[in-house]
Amino acid sequence: MNTKQTLVVIGNGMVGQHFLTKLVETAAKDQFHIVTFCEEPRAAYDRVHLSEYFTGKTAEDLSLVSPGFFAEHGIEIHLGDRAASIDRQQKRVTSANGVVIAYDKLVLATGSYPFVPPVPGHDRAQCLVYRTIEDLEAIKAAAEKSKIGTVVGGGLLGLEAAKALTDLGLETHVVEFAPRLMAVQLDDGGGAMLRQKIQALGVKVHLNKNTSLIDDGEQCLHKMNFADGEVLETDLILFSAGIRPRDDIARACGLEVGPRGGIVIDNQCKTSDPDIYAIGECALWNGQIFGLVAPGYTMARTAAADLAGAEAGFTGADMSTKLKLMGVDVASIGDAHARTQGALVYTYQNGSSEIYKRLVVSQDKKQLLGAVLVGEASGYSTLLQYCLNGIELPENPDSLILPQRHDESVGLGPDALPASAQICSCHDVSKGQVCGAIEAGCTTMGQLKAETKAATGCGGCAALLKSVLDCELIKQGVEVSTDICEHFPHTRQDLYNLIMVEQIKTFDELLDKHGRGLGCEVCKQAVGSILASYWNDYILEKPHIGLQDTNDTYLANMQKDGTYSVVPRVTGGEITPDGLIALGQVAKKYGLYTKITGGQRVDLFGARVEQLPLIWQELIAAGFESGHAYGKSLRTVKSCVGSTWCRFGVDDSVGLAIELENRYKGLRAPHKIKFAVSGCTRECAEAQGKDIGVIATENGWNLYVCGNGGMKPRHADLFATNLDKETLVKYIDRVLIFYVRTAARLQRTSVWMENMEGGLDYLKAVILEDRLGLAEELEQQMQHVIATYQCEWKTTLQDAQKLKRFRHFVNSDQADDNVVFVEERGQVRPANAEERRHFKLIEEAA
Amino acid sequence: MSAWIDVCHIDDLQPDSGVCALVAGRQVAIFYLPRLHAVYAVGNFDPFSEANVLSRGMVGDLGGQPMLASPMYKQHFNLQTGICFEDATVSVPAYPARIENDRVAIQMPE
Repeated sequence: MNTKQTLVVIGNGMVGQHFLTKLVETAAKDQFHIVTFCEEPRAAYDRVHLSEYFTGKTAEDLSLVSPGFFAEHGIEIHLGDRAASIDRQQKRVTSANGVVIAYDKLVLATGSYPFVPPVPGHDRAQCLVYRTIEDLEAIKAAAEKSKIGTVVGGGLLGLEAAKALTDLGLETHVVEFAPRLMAVQLDDGGGAMLRQKIQALGVKVHLNKNTSLIDDGEQCLHKMNFADGEVLETDLILFSAGIRPRDDIARACGLEVGPRGGIVIDNQCKTSDPDIYAIGECALWNGQIFGLVAPGYTMARTAAADLAGAEAGFTGADMSTKLKLMGVDVASIGDAHARTQGALVYTYQNGSSEIYKRLVVSQDKKQLLGAVLVGEASGYSTLLQYCLNGIELPENPDSLILPQRHDESVGLGPDALPASAQICSCHDVSKGQVCGAIEAGCTTMGQLKAETKAATGCGGCAALLKSVLDCELIKQGVEVSTDICEHFPHTRQDLYNLIMVEQIKTFDELLDKHGRGLGCEVCKQAVGSILASYWNDYILEKPHIGLQDTNDTYLANMQKDGTYSVVPRVTGGEITPDGLIALGQVAKKYGLYTKITGGQRVDLFGARVEQLPLIWQELIAAGFESGHAYGKSLRTVKSCVGSTWCRFGVDDSVGLAIELENRYKGLRAPHKIKFAVSGCTRECAEAQGKDIGVIATENGWNLYVCGNGGMKPRHADLFATNLDKETLVKYIDRVLIFYVRTAARLQRTSVWMENMEGGLDYLKAVILEDRLGLAEELEQQMQHVIATYQCEWKTTLQDAQKLKRFRHFVNSDQADDNVVFVEERGQVRPANAEERRHFKLIEEAA
Repeated sequence: MSAWIDVCHIDDLQPDSGVCALVAGRQVAIFYLPRLHAVYAVGNFDPFSEANVLSRGMVGDLGGQPMLASPMYKQHFNLQTGICFEDATVSVPAYPARIENDRVAIQMPE
């Protein structure tokens, strides 16, 4: 007998999904059978980062639903089926497909739709809107037939849409009715600065424009006619002139709606029918529609809590916002327009660096009421905290926006924040909750994010979260040891600097000067790697030999039975038939198991130490060289076949991959480094999952950095676009050496980036703008590594002393009798323990 | 007291690293730590991976005790006693070793 009540949720957008995830965390989960209707063909995805769909993210990447979520919680989801009507008397919802569900409680999360001004011609072909993934697909298809694209609307969403058009390679125009961009959030000065910066990026901005008619163009598909008599020709029009709440279903069943739309709700998010809630952009609270995701999430939490019988209330939301529009930082806080009685305004404008800042403070200069930041928004978190928590301003409030000449810091220390201060607005995490998690044992950003979810939404609060973490740890007296091991009271980065500054050439010298004891496998390998990165000496020189792990010592990869695998370099994955034959012959001769690797080369398994020099003699004679598969160093540069053969190829990815692999081969680093080069945006080489990824565009190469596959996949960050080869190589040189210098021990580039203070922006500043003045030095260091490259196997084969190590016994030519192979699928494999015992018995019997 | 068995010349050893010798039919990993002026000998068989690889491990000290790290799964063994640092119930045989007249010798139980 089913005693559960039925809860129907109409709409599975960001807010609808957030509601579901919050509800299933409460006890109400067991009280309700949950049914949700989703009109789109896919469940909830991240509309905030929609434009990333054009820079490589897929619909799956944008999904907000963890795999198996609906099944796990027994939620019945009707995908691609729109809820069409509500019968409040019978308490039934009927869908467009004719599904009828009786409800006990109903939640409306129908969201909003893009407002399209009723201009004659607005419904012509290639006149589109920007809201769903289907919209994006239509835009992409239309863009392929277009040269010029125009966005109607210069608000936050309109500028996002404009970015999408530029990403698609269109000449982009923005047409705005108001006299400035982002009219809601910015004042005239901020709007003007934003316009200047966006125009410098090639987007043409037309203000004070009222479109009166769209008809046939002469050069383009459309001609837009404006009320002032001017015209603009364009192939594609995107309407982004604001949103309207989707309240039709509520209207039709007689729920109270606002005079200009929106389903009226109270503080518990209940509509005029106490069994029906409305949340998100369809809801009207206190005469206000909230078109941002954070207030929608707050409503979702409120409704979920109310259904679970907990006390909760929605009492409005802060509409402050910070975002990056086409690379331009823009932020708006509170009363940006100084509408408060008696408000005073401070502005700072720097024409040469294109920065505009404005503070709105109370008459007594004690409270911050609002702010506008354009071009530089690093102070956003601090200002927001002043504003939201009513923290008293410093004596000269303008010090908060004036540039800092020295090292003086006017940032608001985390100590100044009350426990109730909201750190993460996306997930509503307070400073008190963060401190609680730290007290409970979180000591890293990763742990803190996993525990509290803070900084996992838009990520805007990451820097603030980090400063709270650091501050709390220091207060607790927790000394977080960053020493590499018990033998050196230093981090890997410290050791790197000591070696560089004091020009130290051996581990012994470093240990004598800065360490204690004998060392261990941790510090020895780290120092071995640093010495190899910096001096690039042959790693098997006597002073370095004890610093190498077995793989580096034998220049091969140890497998589970103590034999090794051999991986010759196959640059860019390009190999001749003769090369393949030579590999096959060697494998056959030495009885090796062969497997194609993920990095487009061939791995030969089952070589005994004494066989390694013999194998390499033959490989080198056939033209191969060491592939460094054994080292923490550059591994492979994977490539697709590129424009040479591929119908869709835009540039020669194989050629570039070979060039890059030859340039960086042998570079020792804190961990292995993988590259890939794709010849077009289809991305067959999967470059965005690599430490360094390069993708060909019509106008050059796009560079991606710090991606990873493996245990914790990370999409690489787009670092620079449309580069010529020379610039591309220069940037890669710098990034790699900066990584080598500053990463922790065994830290891949992805984790290095995650932990870097200032993140991607900081790395860009260092590499692209040379903020540290290091660029030339970094390039020179790379030049040294390239100039001193040697094939370690070639060097080893020429040295009889070194070859002495390649035998199992120092006093016998016998082989290790514990290595036993059996056959499987036509090749050898190591015998398992059972099989080995069996062989031993046979041997002993004989 | 068992006899000392001559194994190899001191030049056959690798400073701060290991070699494997076949001594009375057994595989022995021999390590030379110049800073301590000492040679250590332990069984070459790694009980965790069940492979003859310990001679290829890295050496040093842990808390002042001379130590060997298995190249396979990185467990640490005390070079003097053969006892595993991570799990004292596991050990490898440790053999007395010495250098005399530039020759390395090992003492092995009967």
